[in-house]
Amino acid sequence: MSNPTIQERVLKVIATSKRIPLESVQPDSTFEALNIDSLDRLNILFDLESEFEIEIDDEQAKQVKNIHEMIEGVTLLVQAKHASTSAE
Amino acid sequence: MHRVVITGTGVVSPFGYNTASFWQALLSGTSAIREIVGVEALQIRFKNGAEIRDYVPEDHFSAKDIPFMDRFAQFAVLAAREAVAEAGIEWTQELRETACVITGSCLGGRAAEEAGYWELFHNGKNRVQPLTIPLSMSNAGASHICMQLGIEGPAFTISTACASSSHAIGQAFWMVRSGAAPVAIAGGSEAPFFLGGLKAWEAMRVISKDTCRPFSAERSGMVLGEGAGMLVLESLDAALARGARPIAELVGFGMSADAGHITQPLASGPTRAMRLAIRDSGMAPEQFGYVNAHGTATEANDRIESAAIRCTFGPHAEKIAVSSTKSMHGHALGAAGALEAVASVLSLRDGMLPPTANFLSPDPACNLDVIPNQARAVAVEACISNSFAFGGLNAVLAFRAFS
Repeated sequence: MSNPTIQERVLKVIATSKRIPLESVQPDSTFEALNIDSLDRLNILFDLESEFEIEIDDEQAKQVKNIHEMIEGVTLLVQAKHASTSAE
Repeated sequence: MHRVVITGTGVVSPFGYNTASFWQALLSGTSAIREIVGVEALQIRFKNGAEIRDYVPEDHFSAKDIPFMDRFAQFAVLAAREAVAEAGIEWTQELRETACVITGSCLGGRAAEEAGYWELFHNGKNRVQPLTIPLSMSNAGASHICMQLGIEGPAFTISTACASSSHAIGQAFWMVRSGAAPVAIAGGSEAPFFLGGLKAWEAMRVISKDTCRPFSAERSGMVLGEGAGMLVLESLDAALARGARPIAELVGFGMSADAGHITQPLASGPTRAMRLAIRDSGMAPEQFGYVNAHGTATEANDRIESAAIRCTFGPHAEKIAVSSTKSMHGHALGAAGALEAVASVLSLRDGMLPPTANFLSPDPACNLDVIPNQARAVAVEACISNSFAFGGLNAVLAFRAFS
């Protein structure tokens, strides 16, 4: 079995954090459709930081309007982390 | 039913250990928000707070008492001492047994709890410091006020997050008004600068990395503060009989629950609390000239509170002045309502309204007269002080100038 992609891991974090079926969380789902409010978002951000060992800045977090952007943002942070690790 | 007046105030704030230093700073628009030094802030995403620096317990308490008093309890006693001294109360045994003490605190002595548990969780010890419970219990402030001042009447603590001390003052007001207690010491204290607490606030993503800019388009969140505020409340008859000089009159108290969301505020709850406080005062909304706002400088609070003020006062909202002194003393959580109650009564006494400091430019969602940056000399007849807690629990106090 291949390693899960970043997208798959993000979707799984959201489903686990929100306690909803994984199938219901799609990249094009909106926060509203999944009934994700501001406090749910805080929990998801916290869980994403743990899952990927990244730090999500408050200002960056505020810009994220949907799950697609959340996946993009996490991908950028993971790439940045790998770049800085390999540069050392 | 008795009329209830305030005859003494006490303040512990980053500006000093008395009411005068606090009020002078507020009227000059001075903000106490600066870099946090008491906690190792390297590992925290925000750097600023309205912290009381260089506090020395030995300057205020005897060596035998200090081990039993967390910082928040010391602040409570210091503020109560000043308030009682200003009121000039002469204690009789009967008065000691009937006077009431009601304090508010959100966190209580959680710094002591953190220190106690640190040994357990971090240092691999199997024991916790034996004073951890009496240091950290939220009623320690009320208990130490009673012990230090010799007060033996009804005494308890209310914990409703950021509305704690407004609920405490409101409850004390109703007790004095009804005759259940002849005099009350009421207010709150808070000491939230400890690592675990700051990390928990960091995770909420509501703390500004800048400063506190209530109602400003550039606002970016709240900034924590610490300290204490205490008021002496007594019946007007008793105050006049002993020749005391009332600072202002406490005329109304209103409470409500949003019953909405655990952190997101609604306008309906605050609106009802303001209306109930005004109704309780027996005054007309048009008699109120100033609102000391909850004004945390979070995006949601200031927008919702502005809408609630408009909803409460209708067309009169155009004429009412509004300011958030949290821009200067920070958000002292369970002490905030008491600090703001002190600011409210002094604004009535002096005919001076404190400003909203750090204000840059208006936000159309908060289009009220927010007294930007400069105090204003205007004698208003009455004011309200708003406190809205996480969890949607709202408390509003109404004060009238005493003449």
